[in-house]
Amino acid sequence: MRGMSKTTSENVICTFCASGCDDLEIRHDARDIDSARNGCAISISRFTSVKENRILKPLVRTRRTLRPTTYARAIDRAARILSKAKYPLLYGWSQTSCEAISKGVELAELVGGLIDNTTTSCHGPTILGLQDAGEATCTLGEVRHSADLIIYWGCNPIHSHPHHTTRFTIFSKGRFRKARKERRLIVVDVRRTDTAKLADRFIQVQPNRDYELLTALRTAVNGEELEQDSIAGVPREVIEELADMMVECEFGALFFGLGLTMTAGKHRNAEAALSLVRDLNYATKFVVIPMRGWFNVTGANEVSTWQTGYPFAVDLTQGYPRFNPGDTSAVDALARGEVDAALVVASDPVSHFPKAAVKHLLKIPIVTVEPKRTPTSEASEVVIPSAIIGIEATGTIYRIDGVPLEARKVIDPPAGVRPDVEILDAIIKRTKSLGVRR
Amino acid sequence: MSRIEVTVISGRSLSQAQSRERGKFSDEYARSVAVCELDPDDMNELGAMEGENVRVTTGFGQVIVRAAVSKQAPHRRIAFVPYGAWASMLFDASTHTSGMPTLKGLKAIIERAPEAKVATLQEITNMKAE
Amino acid sequence: MISELLIRNGYVFDPLNGVEGDRMDIAVRNGKVVEKVGRKARLLDASGMTVMPGGVDIHSHIAGSKANCARMMRPEDHSKDPEPRTKYTRSGVGHTIPSVFTTGYRYARMGYTTVFEPATPPLKARHTHEELNDIPIIDKGCFPLFGNNWFVMEYVKQGRIKELAAYVAWMLEATKGYAIKVVNPGGIEAWRWGRNVRGLDDPVPNFDVTPREIVRALCQVNSLLNLPHAVHVHPNCLAEPGNYQTTIDTMECVRDIPTRGHPIMHVTHVQFTGRKGWSWPDVRSGAPEIAEYVNMHDHVSIDLGQLIFTNVTWMTADGPAMFALFKLTKTKWFNADVESETGAGVVAATYKKSNYVNAIQWGIGLELALLVKDPWKIFLTTDHPNGGPFTAYPRVISWLVSKEARQKVIDKINKTAQRRLNLPGIDREYSLHEIATITRAATAKSLGLGSKGHLGVGADADIAIYNIEPSKTNLANEYKAVRKAFARAAFTIKDGRVVVKKGEVVRDVRGRTFWTRPKVSEGAMNTVVNELESKFDDYYTVRMANYPIEEQYLTASQAIATTAEI
Repeated sequence: MRGMSKTTSENVICTFCASGCDDLEIRHDARDIDSARNGCAISISRFTSVKENRILKPLVRTRRTLRPTTYARAIDRAARILSKAKYPLLYGWSQTSCEAISKGVELAELVGGLIDNTTTSCHGPTILGLQDAGEATCTLGEVRHSADLIIYWGCNPIHSHPHHTTRFTIFSKGRFRKARKERRLIVVDVRRTDTAKLADRFIQVQPNRDYELLTALRTAVNGEELEQDSIAGVPREVIEELADMMVECEFGALFFGLGLTMTAGKHRNAEAALSLVRDLNYATKFVVIPMRGWFNVTGANEVSTWQTGYPFAVDLTQGYPRFNPGDTSAVDALARGEVDAALVVASDPVSHFPKAAVKHLLKIPIVTVEPKRTPTSEASEVVIPSAIIGIEATGTIYRIDGVPLEARKVIDPPAGVRPDVEILDAIIKRTKSLGVRR
Repeated sequence: MSRIEVTVISGRSLSQAQSRERGKFSDEYARSVAVCELDPDDMNELGAMEGENVRVTTGFGQVIVRAAVSKQAPHRRIAFVPYGAWASMLFDASTHTSGMPTLKGLKAIIERAPEAKVATLQEITNMKAE
Repeated sequence: MISELLIRNGYVFDPLNGVEGDRMDIAVRNGKVVEKVGRKARLLDASGMTVMPGGVDIHSHIAGSKANCARMMRPEDHSKDPEPRTKYTRSGVGHTIPSVFTTGYRYARMGYTTVFEPATPPLKARHTHEELNDIPIIDKGCFPLFGNNWFVMEYVKQGRIKELAAYVAWMLEATKGYAIKVVNPGGIEAWRWGRNVRGLDDPVPNFDVTPREIVRALCQVNSLLNLPHAVHVHPNCLAEPGNYQTTIDTMECVRDIPTRGHPIMHVTHVQFTGRKGWSWPDVRSGAPEIAEYVNMHDHVSIDLGQLIFTNVTWMTADGPAMFALFKLTKTKWFNADVESETGAGVVAATYKKSNYVNAIQWGIGLELALLVKDPWKIFLTTDHPNGGPFTAYPRVISWLVSKEARQKVIDKINKTAQRRLNLPGIDREYSLHEIATITRAATAKSLGLGSKGHLGVGADADIAIYNIEPSKTNLANEYKAVRKAFARAAFTIKDGRVVVKKGEVVRDVRGRTFWTRPKVSEGAMNTVVNELESKFDDYYTVRMANYPIEEQYLTASQAIATTAEI
């Protein structure tokens, strides 16, 4: 726009995948972004498409059509929907700030609802696994400095976390590992992914058989004999060789993704992976870092845990926190048809949840707080447009490894569009003034 | 033959992530997620052409998507459908008490369906309501 | 808001001002203790009750990354101890690692009004502050960790104490931290490779400095920066069966460093590093030796880390010690190393009376408390939640004031431990005055918090009123009543407002976060900042511009400025 002076903001933190890349340079004026440098392709797309597909006005469904309305009316309708409901679900949270999530917990307690975040369909099983097996982990810099063995299992960082290998693993430079040749990369997956193409060893495992392979590795690592010739499609000699590499390295790092959490076994797979790493610590130094996918899913777990004691799937309907995934988790509660209203913040469950859950979700009133048009916003009763964290609003986020960062505002949001934290605060105030009794 | 049995996995892809940022109602997004990546040998066995539509059916639903030759092969009998509204037509809502639905490792049948159309995002949502 | 309050006729214990149970009034206006108030003041009748300054806890792991990892790992810790929401309070859960709202309320119910989180990894300090911001009622602060930090070790190796001091000043401001914390100096860096250091003179791998050098340098820095608290130290060798000598050597190694009339070093949770012996079946109490050292030297203070026979959660920055102890318990273990700085470990554990080692450890804590003569040198903690939950403080108080209460437990512990402990032979019983000292007056003084821990004019009006009538109560006989009284304060007052009545929270307020801001010369600071800038991207995966925390981040910031001598 003519007359607006342009500037370059440095050390900008990207809010997409949770790698927390914080060396971005964004050229912008007060309202628009010209260019983004240093980020990966997804990051550049995120910054330069910031204005595309935006919801620009609050919307309320009247006579079956979503129509623009005032902010006050949208807040009022949202508050009424949530306070009337007996079993409201407050879902999403992984793509917004900790400050907003904190408001979400407060609102869930106020209306007596279920608060769950995208962990429930992502690394929830990892958390369930660590609740049994613990976790030997570290911040990403430790891997960069020290790791001579890197394993990617059931994840494809070239596609999901494009700068992971350059910032933290095989292409990174650390105090004690300065070159690629000082590290070995093993990739375990069902396909020869683009990440596997970079590996020193690629191990193709049969789908749904990771548990057996992990257990076989644990057996070998603990010095016991394997009896079968091949496990999960992997020959015994290969398993034994992999076990030797793991035991003999100086500092090993296992990164695993949804290939473990989403397949048969789920949390048992995660538990097996976590147990394997724990066992390896008897022989050498080994760490595990699950590949979290959204820029603040870790933050959603952290805030939920320090405020309620539990990381996701928290039921506050009884006036105190209860946790029982499978029962108090979003997909289950929806599929059972018990939820009678939903608040969705920065997420698109209509697109991503299984059909049985979506079928019910589409029958109940949905309040969506979201920057961009999605199938969930299109199916809602109330839609309130929100500012994008790390671009149009400042907020605290947590990286994959639990390092907290302040993702700062770079440009103004479109006129009338507010940060999530403000919107949720307004819903809380309106709900209180309506006199919710629980 | 015009049908094969596979295991379906879903996940992120670069193009899915990039196009998602631009907007879920864009053609670009639909092109990057309403797709099923197959091992080249599986494509041959199915007899499908690159870009031709196929029907993917699991025990929980079915969807028409475009077939594409995978650049991350070999993976015989594994089909990759990126995260998105189309993939989720196939998922198992049962979480086996973990809270986690099954989004990977689903048994599926893929059939050639060159005359069928890929649904739009709105049509997909409507189908989920049925 | 009622701004004037008169607490009438209570038995006041204010050790810092020499008040030992005199019946007197305490007047409060606008959140401070004042000389007197007008006739319209709200009256609070404290007749027949004990009035003390609000409790000041110097060491309790309540907030931050490892506390939250522990909460996440241990849902079983919470499910039996829920806290429903009330008209005044948010809901939450206990037990050993309560959620943040519950933490603040439970402290307030015991009459505590200030608590310090003692081990904060600087890279994750923002997380600590997010949690501290959420903890209601109490004033708080945190101690950032320095003992395994790369910049620290390099400055120590180079002998550049002035630059080290400027770095520490920069870090305290960047992390909004209150004091220098050292945990297993050098050992957590060795843990990078799965190792540990074996003592004060064992060099740190790849850095060629010793724990002794690290500790000494940081104590010198503490003096140069005029920081309000001593260097707060968790010594090496925590997981060794016999480690009391390391504790004494650690205290001894800084004896020659000039102090300003305050202790130069505070050694924390000494119960865990007060064992004598070569192997687990053979451990004894090293409390007499440590107590003798503390009695003879004024440059150190200690706190107990008292053990309670219950289910606990071990959490500490001392990663290698946690793994070593996990291998003994085989429960579940969490580890989180922090790049270039420090680490953390969490293990679920249980202490049993029948277990020989647990029984000895239980005895060590109490022996320390009873053998150290000066209550200004020894503070009551359980190293929450390592020794036990902070809600067990009243139980510890009952053991200190009553030999009979102790004996009841001694009768039930492992028989060999009974024979080998010194505790059964110790008759001393604490007075209320001494209890007030070790739970509030001495801790506030040690922290250098001039407005806390006392009830003189100008003090913050943080006041606890307990249902004990000193003139009519024989503490030793009526220890159960003592325990009950300290568990549920009759009144807790925070900044002049009644927040707890009859042990229940009646008002939710927000406290302040205290941190120190040493003012260092521009020249010294510029030198260090330039050096940091040149190395930061090599050492960290976060840019230097994104590392510091702004003051506005704290909900209610209370900076303590000091003038450094550099």
